[in-house]
Amino acid sequence: MIRFESVTKRFRGGGIAVDALDLEAPTGKITVLVGPSGCGKTTSLRMVNRMVEPTSGRIWLDDRDTAKVRPATLRRGIGYVIQQAGLFPHRTVVDNVATVPVLLGLPRRDARRQALDLLERVGLPRELGERYPAQLSGGQQQRVGVARALAADPPVMLMDEPFSAVDPVVRAQLQDEFLRLQGELGKTILFVTHDIDEAIKLGDQVAVLRTGGRLAQVATPAELLSHPADAFVAGFVGRDRGYRALGFAAAGELPLAHEPVVTVGDALAATPPRAVDGWALVVDAERRPLGWLAVGGLGEAQLSGPVVEDLLNLGGTLATESGTLREALDAALSSPSGRGVIVDEDGRFAGTVTASEVLTRIERRASVLRQEAIESAAAEVIALQP
Amino acid sequence: MSTAAVIADKFLPGLDRVPVWLNDPANWTGPNGLLERIGQHLGYSVSAVVVALLIALPLGLVIGHTGRGVFLVVGLANGLRAVPILGLLLLLVVWLSPHLHARLTVPGLIPPGGFAYIVPIEIALVLLAIPPILSNTYAGVQAVDPAVRDAGEGMGMRGSQVIWQVEFPCALPLVMSGLRSATLQVIATATVAAYVPFLGGLGRFILDGQDQLTNLRYGYPAMVSAGIVVAVLAVVVDLLLALVQRLVVSRGVAERYRRRRGVRAVPEPA
Repeated sequence: MIRFESVTKRFRGGGIAVDALDLEAPTGKITVLVGPSGCGKTTSLRMVNRMVEPTSGRIWLDDRDTAKVRPATLRRGIGYVIQQAGLFPHRTVVDNVATVPVLLGLPRRDARRQALDLLERVGLPRELGERYPAQLSGGQQQRVGVARALAADPPVMLMDEPFSAVDPVVRAQLQDEFLRLQGELGKTILFVTHDIDEAIKLGDQVAVLRTGGRLAQVATPAELLSHPADAFVAGFVGRDRGYRALGFAAAGELPLAHEPVVTVGDALAATPPRAVDGWALVVDAERRPLGWLAVGGLGEAQLSGPVVEDLLNLGGTLATESGTLREALDAALSSPSGRGVIVDEDGRFAGTVTASEVLTRIERRASVLRQEAIESAAAEVIALQP
Repeated sequence: MSTAAVIADKFLPGLDRVPVWLNDPANWTGPNGLLERIGQHLGYSVSAVVVALLIALPLGLVIGHTGRGVFLVVGLANGLRAVPILGLLLLLVVWLSPHLHARLTVPGLIPPGGFAYIVPIEIALVLLAIPPILSNTYAGVQAVDPAVRDAGEGMGMRGSQVIWQVEFPCALPLVMSGLRSATLQVIATATVAAYVPFLGGLGRFILDGQDQLTNLRYGYPAMVSAGIVVAVLAVVVDLLLALVQRLVVSRGVAERYRRRRGVRAVPEPA
């Protein structure tokens, strides 16, 4: 657990970076600090390992007051990942990862062996260990940065915009693997980002800071989207939050419709009877959906060959049965046939659902939530009465 | 033709005497021969560069690391570059030498009574060597990626560990180029030692030859030959330092990577 106790950072010249911050990052969870530039989120993070000293207030790591621990000792016990990775250019990847264990006095040979295992853990081949950082791509460098922070197995990790310097595709990949890794390791993580989508994707808890270093709201991602505390948070969380909140709502049991399917390689001539409204769903031999075939659009001459993947419309997204309402709605909206494709855990076709069916679900859920909100507001009013 | 050129043409031994002079073993061996002079020349130069390195390297590292004392680099180092070395040397001989009474002698390098005179030349050469080493070391530390330094500190390195484990290795290419340029300058300049009583070095041939230009053994051919030897010496030492640089600078910093057969860059997993 990391606990900020009315922590203030005032810079020489009087500017306030962080203003009386009270915040607790629970053990084993990811707490994301998010906010516009100048909101003091990086300063807050750097005060935890005393890269920046607070002007007043205390920061606790469990029951240790960080101000009472020598900075170098404190930092060796905290994982630290920064935006540009900050790998040592003169050291090989494996020696970079071994840095903290060697500082802590582990023999270099043991530290290296451990480092190689860690490389695999963050999804890098061991052969990369002998390379130098400049020989790696940006995404690989960030992975090494994460491995280096994990090397001494610290219970607490500080991550300062670790994924913001790589392209969106690699970023999404790194985020997914980061969540997988955290699922295995369960570290107490304080994570800084300016990207609200990243905060919502990664955080167990999200703390929104406003300019001037004041805490605007601390909440779970779902709550942040559905109940922003004020106009600033609402504006920062941004557009589409009604839609994005559906990303936290389990779809539950959707009314799946049966759909005749065509297997790739079947004769095209056999498809028209299996089409509904002119569209037939094509699956592979394992019944995994491949795309939609516009049967009505095929000429007489074309109907002679087999069904090949080139003929398919790939526009539709897939939703899983155990997924969210957002996925299900998106599957329906993006499907060329208007019927959203739902698959089971193994990716096999399970049935289709239409947008109006998903919306009925959403509407039903919203009315329950509205009722709850009214009841809790009423309870508050009662509680406030003298 | 100018009068001087006419005189030179008429009375000086020609350049064709230079290879003859260099080929004569008698000019190389024995007391006051080329080999002994080269030894002295290198002795003065190397000791001055080592002392300068011991002063300028830690100073440059600390100034670069702390950002304090930058005026020393800008003001002092650049100021030193403007000092006329010969003038300084003679001033030191006049002021300082009469007060030095230590009787240290090193056979072949410091003759008896020479200590009072070795100190001025060493001071002059050290002052010559400090600016390039100091400013290059400082520049090298300054050029270290702030994220790298931040990572070092954030991982729990102490100040001295950041300097020696991060900043120094990263700054090493620039430190080495400063050292090389200092060494070149010192070797070329150490000829001025000949102006000082008791001292030798290759400058001896050049200075002494001026009084007897037409002498085939000690005159013009000896002067030109010694000049050539100084130049060759400087180049050879520079090449040696280039080799040292190759050995001590991390391949990751020099971006010189070992080729491995069959292993190409591993692509980002899709």
